[in-house]
Amino acid sequence: MTEFPDTTTTSDPSHDAPGEHGDDAAGYYTPGEPIADTKAPGGPIDDRWSTRKFEARLVNPANRRKLSVIIVGTGLAGASAAATLGEAGYVVKSFCYQDSPRRAHSIAAQGGINAAKNYKEDGDSVHRLFYDTVKGGDYRSRESNVYRLAEVSVNIIDQCVAQGVPFAREYGGLLDNRSFGGVQVSRTFYARGQTGQQLLLGAYQALERQVAAGTVTTYTRHEMLEVIVVDGKARGIIARDMVTGEIETHLADVVVLASGGYGNVFYLSTNAMGCNVTASWRAHRKGAYMANPCYTQIHPTCIPVSGSHQSKLTLMSESLRNDGRIWVPKNQADCTKDPRDIPEEDRDYYLERIYPSFGNLVPRDIASRAAKNVCDEGRGVGPEVEGVRRGVYLDFSAAIARLGKEGIEEKYDNLFDMYERITGENPYEVPMRIYPAVHYVMGGLWVDYDLQSSIPGLFVTGEANFSDHGANRLGASALMQGLADGYFVLPHTIRDYLADGPFEKVADDHPAVVEAQQSVRSRIDHFLNNNGTRSVDSYHRELGNIMWEYCGMERTEDGLKKAIDLIRTLKDDFWRNVKVLGTNESLNQSLEKAGRVADFFELGELMCIDALNRRESCGGHFRAESQTEDGEALRHDETFAYVAAWEFAGDPESNGMGTPVLHKEDLVYTAIEMKQRSYK
Amino acid sequence: MVKGARSTRSTIALKMLMAVSGIIFILFVLLHMYGNLKAFAGHDAYNEYAEHLRTIGEPMLPHAGLLWVIRTVLVVSLVVHVWAAVTLWHRAGKARTVKYQVKKNAASSFSSRFMRWGGLTLLVFIVWHLLNFTIGKVNVSGGATNDPYNLLVDSFDVWWLTLIYLVAMAALGLHLHHGVWSSAQTLGLTNNAKARRNAKTLGWIVAVVIAGGFSLVPVFVLAGVISK
Amino acid sequence: MRLTLKIWRQPNAEAAGAMHTYEIDGVSEDMSFLEMLDVLNEDLIAKGEDPVAFDSDCREGICGMCGLMINGQAHGPEVTTTCQLHMRSFKDGDEIVIEPWRADAFPVMKDLVVDRGAFDRIIQAGGYISVNTGSAPEAHSVPVPRDDAMRAFNVATCIGCGACVAACPNGSASLFMGAKITHLGELPQGQPERDSRVVDMVAQHDHEGFGGCTNIGECTAACPKEIPLDVISRLNWDLHAAMRHGH
Ligand SMILES: Cc1cc2nc3c(=O)[nH]c(=O)nc-3n(C[C@H](O)[C@H](O)[C@H](O)COP(=O)(O)OP(=O)(O)OC[C@H]3O[C@@H](n4cnc5c(N)ncnc54)[C@H](O)[C@@H]3O)c2cc1C
Ligand code: HEM
Ligand code: HEM
Ligand code: SF4
Ligand code: F3S
Ligand code: FES
Repeated sequence: MTEFPDTTTTSDPSHDAPGEHGDDAAGYYTPGEPIADTKAPGGPIDDRWSTRKFEARLVNPANRRKLSVIIVGTGLAGASAAATLGEAGYVVKSFCYQDSPRRAHSIAAQGGINAAKNYKEDGDSVHRLFYDTVKGGDYRSRESNVYRLAEVSVNIIDQCVAQGVPFAREYGGLLDNRSFGGVQVSRTFYARGQTGQQLLLGAYQALERQVAAGTVTTYTRHEMLEVIVVDGKARGIIARDMVTGEIETHLADVVVLASGGYGNVFYLSTNAMGCNVTASWRAHRKGAYMANPCYTQIHPTCIPVSGSHQSKLTLMSESLRNDGRIWVPKNQADCTKDPRDIPEEDRDYYLERIYPSFGNLVPRDIASRAAKNVCDEGRGVGPEVEGVRRGVYLDFSAAIARLGKEGIEEKYDNLFDMYERITGENPYEVPMRIYPAVHYVMGGLWVDYDLQSSIPGLFVTGEANFSDHGANRLGASALMQGLADGYFVLPHTIRDYLADGPFEKVADDHPAVVEAQQSVRSRIDHFLNNNGTRSVDSYHRELGNIMWEYCGMERTEDGLKKAIDLIRTLKDDFWRNVKVLGTNESLNQSLEKAGRVADFFELGELMCIDALNRRESCGGHFRAESQTEDGEALRHDETFAYVAAWEFAGDPESNGMGTPVLHKEDLVYTAIEMKQRSYK
Repeated sequence: MVKGARSTRSTIALKMLMAVSGIIFILFVLLHMYGNLKAFAGHDAYNEYAEHLRTIGEPMLPHAGLLWVIRTVLVVSLVVHVWAAVTLWHRAGKARTVKYQVKKNAASSFSSRFMRWGGLTLLVFIVWHLLNFTIGKVNVSGGATNDPYNLLVDSFDVWWLTLIYLVAMAALGLHLHHGVWSSAQTLGLTNNAKARRNAKTLGWIVAVVIAGGFSLVPVFVLAGVISK
Repeated sequence: MRLTLKIWRQPNAEAAGAMHTYEIDGVSEDMSFLEMLDVLNEDLIAKGEDPVAFDSDCREGICGMCGLMINGQAHGPEVTTTCQLHMRSFKDGDEIVIEPWRADAFPVMKDLVVDRGAFDRIIQAGGYISVNTGSAPEAHSVPVPRDDAMRAFNVATCIGCGACVAACPNGSASLFMGAKITHLGELPQGQPERDSRVVDMVAQHDHEGFGGCTNIGECTAACPKEIPLDVISRLNWDLHAAMRHGH
């Protein structure tokens, strides 16, 4: 990992409101028409979803068999949607790039899933979950979407329990809860440290049940490389069979993207190796707006980087912050000592010190930045990588004294094992070392209340869309969103669209199909015939370094402008000089990666432009120019309370990004009052 | 997808047949071993026992009636056991036609991996054994064959015959060591770690008792303790 | 450290394969096994040779995508997944033999990549609880004893990696199947379909060409999630019960 630049703060940052400096991103984009979500009904917030469900037109069961749905992605969002739409009787095709739907990246989620069940009777409610999520997102999410999310959260738990998801239980046989990152109620349901796995297996099994029933067909080891848009409507996709190399056309009445997040633009992240932006980016190039791409979540509890060979970072569940205490030595001189020899009074439990009421449980962005700050001060611990010790202690000795080793084992056994395997250190004896890493992206394709993108007939669910988390996601909310979208939201909203179907059949040789096919083929041909000198991975790593350095935990105007230049130069070099061996007609992992990295380049550039435009600090997006006197994030609601929805304006044929067009969707809060976040 | 699946047509059903027939064998060999040990009681007691076997149940059953019942059960079990073993062996062969260049065994006992060859050894042994003592009544020393006790002693006075028997008993011991726990597992009786440990212990006990018990007679004949 | 790697190379499913030998230097003990292979692949690409194809995705031991036979052991010498195996388990000068999972039900597609679709089809045969979205009762309406829930969870952690099949001398998938049967069979929600589930899954297992289990126990030793042999007993018990109920 490269060193993070020293950022200079302006003299009186709290007055450094945008406007005074003009538009940071001027010249990098074209202002466009404002947009709005036209689908959410008005009226009291708690009636909106039932109103929308009632108003959404029905499709009679006999007609459903004539309607076809393509779903790209089999994570929580995709698998749950495929299963539910299959049950309803639609003809569903489900795609994933792994060898089985069960391996989608959702499987890796550890901590848990939120739901407003209020089983603990500790003051939780739909409204409080809504409130916490909007506040957690730093008032940059759409309130009607978030309210709906909180509302259906309770159904998710019922559904999963009925499927046999083995959630943790209390002795009385009822479900257990824990409190999780940044909230003061216990509403997180969990299955030890493997909640995502168990939820995904539930959805996967429901999906496979529909495969057996004949309503869903799965296409594994298939990568979607293009959307087919006919007469302004999404009507299919081009997918490459990753084993035979065949470029296949799949047509349908509607297309759903549930293709997950793009954190891998940073190369090192906690995401799976294959996570990519290709599905979303191809849709973006065909007209789907990309919203808030710069909102990235950096997770505070990851295992620090050990060397340059590193291919990915491993997350230690956030739940560890419930029992572990985070500290660094007060004195730089102690940083190389055995932590057990550092006396209590020489330890700085900095989160507990700075944020006494939330302590170790402050939201992720705050915890991450605080860790960065103490390491930048030279008080980091662990091995020195490129001159800096990037690590802080996460100490369980107090918890072990309180709960006993068995108590800790029962809660975190697999995480402790994993830590030991990776670092060679036993966390029951020596405090863990952690450091922030890229983890989740709040940005994604723009969707309306129906989860429909700006291309009619193209729906986007799960992490791939932007809607529910604003500028920062609370822990245990992504799983909730994925399943809410797939089980309970999309199946209702999509029927309103399908009620107009079946649409006119698209011929295999329709110009739109041919064009999409050709675009895919010409990219593949380019890579294979390029005869360059550098491997795809080496470009990806370099791009990742740029992104982490300039568009990571802290962003500045100068840094972002520099990053854009660097990305453009590197991208040019990539297209001229990348080396991909082998053929298309076989399993070719370099070829797969080349396509993904090509799209990451364009996305990276847009992320920097978006970050440049947003001269405020909100949630995961921290602009050094916008902070309070004591270094906390400072929002500018009067200027930036909008969703930045970017329209692609490059030449679709070439690899140029062009000058993207910015459409603003104003965020209006009726059920909640915008406040500066404070966790002190 | 398989349509109209039946439990009875599965590999597991085959395994259950093996387990049941195997358990029948175990009961038989236990009894048989007990009978053999009568050799220590001397010529008359042993022959009386052999005769008794043939007269149980008379007059309800014809002469040697129970013996025939047992024989029938044994033959059926043997056919079933061997047929199932061969079928499973064949399936396993087809399940992995390309072998590993290097393959380590991390946890399995030698006995578990020797089941098939050991079973084959037992089959050959049984054929020879029946020729030796029941069907053919071969007396390699050339003595009389109509006196069970004498036939026994004559046979094991020959060192290589004793050796064959001891090898067979080793095979039997191994077969039982795995077979006992394995049949418990196949019948679904080892649903937790404790039950599994118990079944494995029982396997050791049965193996040692039966293989050891059977070996006593040939060894003691050869050693001259048991003699005509 | 410096290592000699013997790796199975096979261009595609139809082609014949063979072992190839590669030398690799500068491997650090903090690398994961797959990162070591990444380094090898960068070398190969630089030399213009086709990189070695192997599967991985999460690289944190949960997706089940990775899986190599390393020196004759599925996932290598530690009880973990290949992606979580670190080079500190090897030493300078070691020779490492790397092969794909071998089972006819898992055909090799390229080099070290195999097709485990058979596992999905076993799940399709009945590895689920039939409940349509929206028709679930309130989650607290059926309490589940904590021990049952824990046991269900412990075996539900199977990641479908296929190491059990790879390690089993019979090429049997009984551990994988038993884990799912036990997970669902342990919960009240799983009871209604218990008989048909086991019968259908076992039939599919056999149909896919996996071997029968003879209780050898290599599977559980190779399983990165330490699924115990109990699940096979449970599988047998459930099939037995289904038989008695006339399925
Ligand atoms: C380590 C980790 C821990 C986490 N822990 C938590 C937690 O405790 N709680 C929580 O709420 N959230 C957590 N999250 C976040 C959460 O897991 C994800 O945001 C969520 O699972 C995303 O689900 P999804 O269905 O949108 O996408 P994914 O699960 O990422 O699925 C994407 C799918 O799209 C397919 N796909 C992608 N591109 C293509 C293409 N081009 N062609 C074909 N198919 C494609 C993939 O094959 C895959 O099936 C965690 C995330 C990580 C990385
Ligand atoms: C005559 C004495 C024999 C006895 C007492 C005996 C006993 C058993 C038992 C108890 C089992 C375990 C069944 C299970 O796993 O569920 C078994 C398995 C087996 N037996 Fe035998 N058997 C005998 C003979 C044979 C013979 C003659 C063969 C010949 C081919 C044979 C081959 C096998 C095989 C292949 C197995 C399966 C291996 C396994 O389960 O691990 N056995 N036997
Ligand atoms: C050292 C060991 C053994 C000795 C000394 C021995 C001895 C004998 C004798 C003397 C008989 C004839 C009994 C009679 O006809 O009255 C006999 C029969 C038989 N033995 Fe053994 N036996 C031994 C081991 C075994 C083993 C291990 C098996 C099976 C695996 C076995 C299976 C049989 C069978 C099937 C018969 C035929 C019973 C009948 O149908 O009459 N024996 N044995
Ligand atoms: S049972 Fe274990 S070895 Fe087998 S697939 Fe599951 S996790 Fe892998
Ligand atoms: S190794 Fe194979 S034989 Fe059975 S116990 Fe495991 S599946
Ligand atoms: S890559 Fe996911 S388990 Fe190894």
